[in-house]
Amino acid sequence: MATIIKSYEPTFWDKLYIPALVQGLLVTFKHLLRKKVTIQYPEEKLIPPEGYRGLHRLNKDANGRIKCVACDMCSAACPADCIDIIPGSSPWDDGKERYPVSFEIDLLKCIFCGFCEMACPEEAIELTEIYDFSDYTREKLIIDKDGLLDVYDKTKDKNYYSNSQNLTIKE
Amino acid sequence: MDFLALLIICVKVLLVFAATMLTVLLMIYAERRISAFIQGRLGPNRVGPHGLLQPIADGIKFLMKEDIIPAGVDKPIYLLAPAMLLIPALMTFAVIPFGSDITLFGRNIPLQVADVNVGILYILALTSIGVYGLVLAGWASNSKYPLIGGLRSSAQLISYELTMGLAIVSIVLLSGSLRLNDIISQQQGHFLSWNVFKQPLAFLIFLIAVYAETNRLPFDLTEAEQELVGGYHTEYSSMKFAMFYMAEYANMITAAALTVTLFFGGWDLPFLNETSMGMLGVVLSVAAFILKTAFFLFLFIWVRWTFPRFRYDQLMNLGWKVMLPLALFNIFITAGYLALTI
Repeated sequence: MATIIKSYEPTFWDKLYIPALVQGLLVTFKHLLRKKVTIQYPEEKLIPPEGYRGLHRLNKDANGRIKCVACDMCSAACPADCIDIIPGSSPWDDGKERYPVSFEIDLLKCIFCGFCEMACPEEAIELTEIYDFSDYTREKLIIDKDGLLDVYDKTKDKNYYSNSQNLTIKE
Repeated sequence: MDFLALLIICVKVLLVFAATMLTVLLMIYAERRISAFIQGRLGPNRVGPHGLLQPIADGIKFLMKEDIIPAGVDKPIYLLAPAMLLIPALMTFAVIPFGSDITLFGRNIPLQVADVNVGILYILALTSIGVYGLVLAGWASNSKYPLIGGLRSSAQLISYELTMGLAIVSIVLLSGSLRLNDIISQQQGHFLSWNVFKQPLAFLIFLIAVYAETNRLPFDLTEAEQELVGGYHTEYSSMKFAMFYMAEYANMITAAALTVTLFFGGWDLPFLNETSMGMLGVVLSVAAFILKTAFFLFLFIWVRWTFPRFRYDQLMNLGWKVMLPLALFNIFITAGYLALTI
């Protein structure tokens, strides 16, 4: 059945326009007094929400040794092909036979999809909340094993951004 | 005229000029901050405390920039146009009284640069001269966008000048004088003796016309950046571009001061007799004038960041089919009332 939709006929009050204009002014005035959304970046930093996929880290086990067994699962899962691992036999005799001699991630290739941490059988590779790691050269943006372990030390106990004067994420 | 009188006039001219220029700077800062606040941003807050030195930084930037004169412009007019806009804008403030009379060295000094007995005519004349700046800038640039902007501004200013004049006529009918001092003294005393309560319709028409006169949103068709790049100042750069901006803000300041003078009792504070209070009265009256003007300057910015721009035909329709008949109607009512009561 067809329905006839009547368009709204403006009343005399509407046609004065002044009340509507005043209403509009009040809306912007409310916004004038509201809390501002700007985060003043270098001084204030946004704390990303739980599960944010930022810079990678390589986890250490209870003995402080690298958890990674150089199985190449992450490298195989990586759609951007940014992980480069050279495996070698482990220098420790605690049952683990393999360990990565070199573990490099090209951060310029990485798309931060998180497939590597899903693929990892040892929970060795993880993505952290760090998002501001830009640099001036391509070479500096290839992070090696020591760098990845460093990231673990920086992020294992507390949020990376909790030192600076921070804002929490607005959800 | 003796030496002291000349000195006093010079001091007043300097004072008013400096105050206007300072207010222009403050307005540039206020515009950027308030627009940011309305949009939920912070605005410029890095240069100086709370970003207060931002307009100075802007000024230095403008001075250091390359002054480009495009090939094909009509050079003398092109160079003259910014000055032709800025000078009338700064001159208009001369007749506006900004405080009650002050007594110094045994002299009575009115706080007004020039007490012209046809003050309102002077203001209307000078604001119309300002249009030449816009039109000539548009013409001399030898470029399509400035030309369209300039033509729009001339059409817009002619339409709204008329309406504004008619709105003022109803005030003049009440005061019986074109002197701004008479208009103020006629509004003194009670709160309700302000013209805004006697002539609410004239106030509304005047306010809308003033926004069109100063080329501010919702009537900024002359520089409508989405259509005309920058309007009449598209081809200008460096300090000449800054002069257009200074002229716009100077016009706003004059317009706000004029609104206050005509409709809100000027420097008058309700229920107080400033002239009999000596020095305190002077300070109070100047403060009242500054506060009222500041409110209308704020309103300019507030309105700009609230309402969208009119389409060109809407602007003309509003001007000729709504505002002009309303203003005439208002004059008719006022004149009729006066004829019956006197």
